[in-house]
Amino acid sequence: MPIVSAFIGILAQGTQFQWDIVWKFLFDSSILQGAIITIVLAIISQFTGSVIGLLIYLIRRTPLRPAAEAYIWFFRGTPLLVQLLFLTNIFPLLNLARPLNSSTIFTDLGFQYMPLSFFLGAFLAFAFNEGAYMAEIMRAGIDSIDPGQMEAAKSLGMSYGLAMRRIVLPQAARVIIPPLGNEFNSMLKTTSLAGYFGVLELYGAGFNIGNSLFKPLELAIDLSIWYLLMTTLWGFVQSYLERRFNASTLDGTKGTRFIDRVLGRGTPATESAAEAIMTGGRR
Amino acid sequence: MTQEQQSSMTPMVAATDVHKWFNQTEVLRGVSLTVGRGEVVVIIGPSGSGKTTFLRCLNHLEKIQQGQITIDGENIGYRVENNGKLKEDSEKNISHVRAQIGMVFQRFNLFPHMTALQNVIEAPIHVLGISKAEAEERARQLLQKVGLAHKADAYPNKLSGGQQQRVAIARALAMQPKLMLFDEATSALDPELVGEVLKVMKQLAEEGMTMVVVTHEMGFARDVADRVVVMDQGQIIEQGQPAALFANPQQERTRTFLGMVRRAE
Ligand SMILES: Nc1ncnc2c1ncn2[C@@H]1O[C@H](COP(=O)(O)OP(=O)(O)OP(=O)(O)O)[C@@H](O)[C@H]1O
Ligand SMILES: [Mg+2]
Repeated sequence: MPIVSAFIGILAQGTQFQWDIVWKFLFDSSILQGAIITIVLAIISQFTGSVIGLLIYLIRRTPLRPAAEAYIWFFRGTPLLVQLLFLTNIFPLLNLARPLNSSTIFTDLGFQYMPLSFFLGAFLAFAFNEGAYMAEIMRAGIDSIDPGQMEAAKSLGMSYGLAMRRIVLPQAARVIIPPLGNEFNSMLKTTSLAGYFGVLELYGAGFNIGNSLFKPLELAIDLSIWYLLMTTLWGFVQSYLERRFNASTLDGTKGTRFIDRVLGRGTPATESAAEAIMTGGRR
Repeated sequence: MTQEQQSSMTPMVAATDVHKWFNQTEVLRGVSLTVGRGEVVVIIGPSGSGKTTFLRCLNHLEKIQQGQITIDGENIGYRVENNGKLKEDSEKNISHVRAQIGMVFQRFNLFPHMTALQNVIEAPIHVLGISKAEAEERARQLLQKVGLAHKADAYPNKLSGGQQQRVAIARALAMQPKLMLFDEATSALDPELVGEVLKVMKQLAEEGMTMVVVTHEMGFARDVADRVVVMDQGQIIEQGQPAALFANPQQERTRTFLGMVRRAE
């Protein structure tokens, strides 16, 4: 669909590319709003997905394990687009669409109106989907910690939960943070799919403008600039986090330098950990 | 008999007919051992005889399939149901008994993301619920006692093996345990570092701590143990006072084992 409309756009403008259109819309208010929605959507989806991933790790240790496996099977076995289609359309069936969509939360916050059911459905789809992948990352991270740590904690009278929180997870964080950071980088970009389902995030906002002006290429440049800005800034944050968590363990490994992160080069330590975690294949 | 006399007669450890299988393999085949208050029992025996497994059963790091273990009169790991059967206990109860048992591991298992001092105060604060100030004061005394007051703020990876093991002992002692378990506490150490750890263990024994010690250090067994227990193939084959046992072992398998150890030394 976007390819077709881009093609039509090119015919309509007679293949003439206008840089002034690029600059004109780069800081357009609906683009700025879209960028904010993208960041918010990515953060809450990644956070919720990470919590789900941890819950799945814990559920796998209980008799409810088959439920956790079924969850992963479903969310890794169906396309994210289909999950979005399902969850953005589920609310009418639950008689929730009307109350949700009468919400003025977006306009109250100074954003353009969009149906809350679309936003919520997209959020749930990204969070659920991410949870299925984060479960693997959590497992690899937690299982990379020497079992002797849990045993030492237990022998001091700590419960499983306390030992997990105080002893194992802080150490696992060092292993989990690099792939988690990569997941968030993906998430920032993947949220663009929500644009197809009525969410006015960055891509949806840009697409609408480009479409109505028959200037899809110019807006594609604007979107590229914005996505690059967001992922690059995130690269800084990620390098900082990795350095910080390494420093606290004082085990001599260094965080990934910013330039290496941007160019996709990890340190040997983070790379092998990330590699171990990534087995199982990803989008 | 008063309650106090009653409790002073309860053995610190009473293991009765303990059986343990790993899948199809029976690694403990009916082990019974009683350890009195203040007693130091050293367990020796060839590799694979089940020493580590037995020690881990004493604080329920391993489940047992048959038998019973009590620590100071309290069942560990299992509770007796109305019908007399044993059922695995709640995590809370197990943790409660474990908190009274210190364990020192061959590979130290210090928490690498915490300094020596933080390692020592962690469980007193979060398990016993004592204040940070009080925990730190006691931790500094304990580090002093193991000769590491000056390393309180060092992370484990900046400490030698012997220093790490002494911090691990201080960490266990911070819980004010009734019983200390040592599983080959010096086996992972360079020879020149063994002495400093054995010295701390010996001092603990002299202070009256109840200890169950798995070791290959026959010198320590001879000097410090009240009783030496020999395990082989998942059973206790012989036990006795160290002088008598080393001088005059009753079992052929004990003689063979001691002969091998002497040759290695
Ligand atoms: N987790 C496990 N799973 C399966 N078998 C095990 C496990 N742990 C120990 N074993 C087996 O149980 C037996 C007893 O092992 P254990 O470690 O208790 O011996 P040990 O006397 O401590 O030996 P060592 O002197 O080498 O430390 C061995 O045959 C060992 O292979
Ligand atoms: Mg052993």
